[in-house]
Amino acid sequence: MTTCCKTDSRYEELAAFIEGLPDRRGELITVLHKAQGLFGYLPREIQEFVAEKMDLPLAKVYGVVKFYSFFHMTPKGRFPISVCMGTACYVRGAEDVVDELAKQLKIKVGGVTEDGKFSLDTLRCVGACGLAPVVIVGEKVYGRVTPAEVAAILAEYAEA
Amino acid sequence: MQPMINLNIDGKYVKVPKGSTILDAARKLGIDIPTLCHLNLEGTPMVNQAASCRICVVEVKGRRNLAPACATPAIEGMEVRTNTIRVLHARKMVLELLLSDHPKDCLSCAKAGNCELQELAERFCFRENRFDDFSQSHYAKDVSPALIRDMDKCVMCRRCETMCNDVQTVGALSGVNRGFNAVVAPAFEMPLEESVCTFCGQCSAVCPTGALVERDYSWDVIEALADPDKIVVVQTAPAVRAALGEEFGYEPGTLVTGKMAAALRNLGFDYVFDTDFAADLTIMEEASEFLDRLTRHLEGDTSVRLPILTSCCPAWVKFFEHQYPDLLDVPSTAKSPQQMFGAIAKSFFAEQLDVPREKLVVVSVMPCLAKKYEAGREEFSVNGNRDVDISITTRELAHLIKRANIDFTNLADENFDRPLGESTGAAVIFGTTGGVIEAAVRTAAEWATGKELESVDFSALRGLEGCREAKVPVGDLVLHIGIAHGLGNARRLLDSVRKGEVEPFHAIEIMACPGGCVGGGGQPYHHGRMEIVKKRAEALYREDAGKPIRKSHENPYIKKLYEEYLGKPLGEKSHHLLHTHYFERSKI
Repeated sequence: MTTCCKTDSRYEELAAFIEGLPDRRGELITVLHKAQGLFGYLPREIQEFVAEKMDLPLAKVYGVVKFYSFFHMTPKGRFPISVCMGTACYVRGAEDVVDELAKQLKIKVGGVTEDGKFSLDTLRCVGACGLAPVVIVGEKVYGRVTPAEVAAILAEYAEA
Repeated sequence: MQPMINLNIDGKYVKVPKGSTILDAARKLGIDIPTLCHLNLEGTPMVNQAASCRICVVEVKGRRNLAPACATPAIEGMEVRTNTIRVLHARKMVLELLLSDHPKDCLSCAKAGNCELQELAERFCFRENRFDDFSQSHYAKDVSPALIRDMDKCVMCRRCETMCNDVQTVGALSGVNRGFNAVVAPAFEMPLEESVCTFCGQCSAVCPTGALVERDYSWDVIEALADPDKIVVVQTAPAVRAALGEEFGYEPGTLVTGKMAAALRNLGFDYVFDTDFAADLTIMEEASEFLDRLTRHLEGDTSVRLPILTSCCPAWVKFFEHQYPDLLDVPSTAKSPQQMFGAIAKSFFAEQLDVPREKLVVVSVMPCLAKKYEAGREEFSVNGNRDVDISITTRELAHLIKRANIDFTNLADENFDRPLGESTGAAVIFGTTGGVIEAAVRTAAEWATGKELESVDFSALRGLEGCREAKVPVGDLVLHIGIAHGLGNARRLLDSVRKGEVEPFHAIEIMACPGGCVGGGGQPYHHGRMEIVKKRAEALYREDAGKPIRKSHENPYIKKLYEEYLGKPLGEKSHHLLHTHYFERSKI
């Protein structure tokens, strides 16, 4: 099932991480966190690998992945874009910003651009309501964003 | 002594052991607080305390919000009210919200009449819903050969998840997604058939609604019976006779063997046979296999695999194929009684009638959902013609009887037909935990010693303990027997054998369902009352005690079958017809 992985050193690293846990019970989220850090996302093969190594039912692993919005099963772009849709951002027009981003990137929320550069997601409250509406690209935070500023933000990554 | 707690519920004082919930205390007083998600199957590890439905909320003096009675510990001096207007308002709201996202197709629901949600709606005079306009989530039905998952009817009580993961340790089901989209599903929402599901059906046995139900084949039976070109043969599993009566108002534990045979004949089956006959046959093969392995082991052959594991239970078979792929050569190769019956009916019996096997339709009535899956396994058919064509549950048989206008309670007792309807007391106890191994020991002991047993009652093998062991003296040897029922118990027992934590066993009996087949997923719903399962088991032991012949190898029709057709146990013909092999399946 996971034969593809023997050539990929990231699987070895993940296996070593799991082996190194003092007690595997209750550590599924920690392991999934590590796995997503290594692979960028959690496709079926990786969930199967984790289930096997952790000696857990695959259904359980999948249930946890599907519960937390932090975990995702499709790859993200090199510059993942998150728009806050918490109450404060929402009332200050976050939805219009999302729509503009989707339009310019030609993807839906949850999608990735064809070149793999950007992905677009929404999240709930980053705790910076004073800056509403908030957009995060990679690690960089943009505050009080209007739809008109979207093109300029994306242009910052044109050379990257 | 356990510390006790005093509390007051609805003005009545009650004393309960520390650790009890408000619900436990109320039940002690005879106060029937409604529950939906809560389920405690006494004597099993099944305790579902999700507190997710909130129908059991009560008012506790000094507490700001309402408390779920099922998950709130009783505290000294607590004052609880279970039926104030605040509580009734909350219950009404909970019910309205539960039903706002529930299909209103009770008329055509497989669980109608047995649905705990429907019962609550009736009890609380549910007439209109303020939230009726809310959109419902729609989720495609998952139809497997044995089970149907209809997640639109799921109330997220999590009972099935607890059963599948904590009790059976199968791990096929998990809660996935959130909010309105939350459902209980296998990994990647794959069909159950592709998952590690064993089709034990215990999820459906505890599901309060119609979200998990058996796949109903009763109409296929009606069509077969109406086909003039077919000869329709029926076999009934041991546990069915001890439970079918419940569907017609009899007390749990009432044996309705004679009425059941009469009803089947009334339905139009051409031959009314008994899986018990095949259970006797199973013992002939399994006991021979056991003695063969034991003898070689005692002679010092180290390649012999002991303990031998029973293989009558198809959910257990699928479980070890997934979970113990390295042990595939340990279980007995004997087919289950259902499949032995099918193989004999479509060979020996078809030849006796001088008809091709395709002309026969073999119907089985089982306490089980996994039997539906087992009947469809490819290795149990010849050129696409199955040995067992249709497998229905005890519940489906009850429906067939009711649909045919048969007044079950007034039927005069009748007997099974010969030759495949004759059986011994050893066969009938196959339906309860410990019964298969007791039947095997009766035969193996007499064969090994060449002497007649003084008593055929091996009480050490009986009981409802999840994992049991017993020492049974046979001649100069003491047999060490293990018994587990419930797949989680089976796993514990096997793991302890593997780690060498227990004295080596000679034989282990395993049944997937709590209580054995009497507690099967196809039996009338027990709604959490495990004493019903116990009474069914007692009924089977009564039937055994009352049988003139109580050892499988003394069944005259079995002897005749070997003389005229099969040759000897483990012989070439037996091997071909009565034995099988196992397949490695994915562990996760």
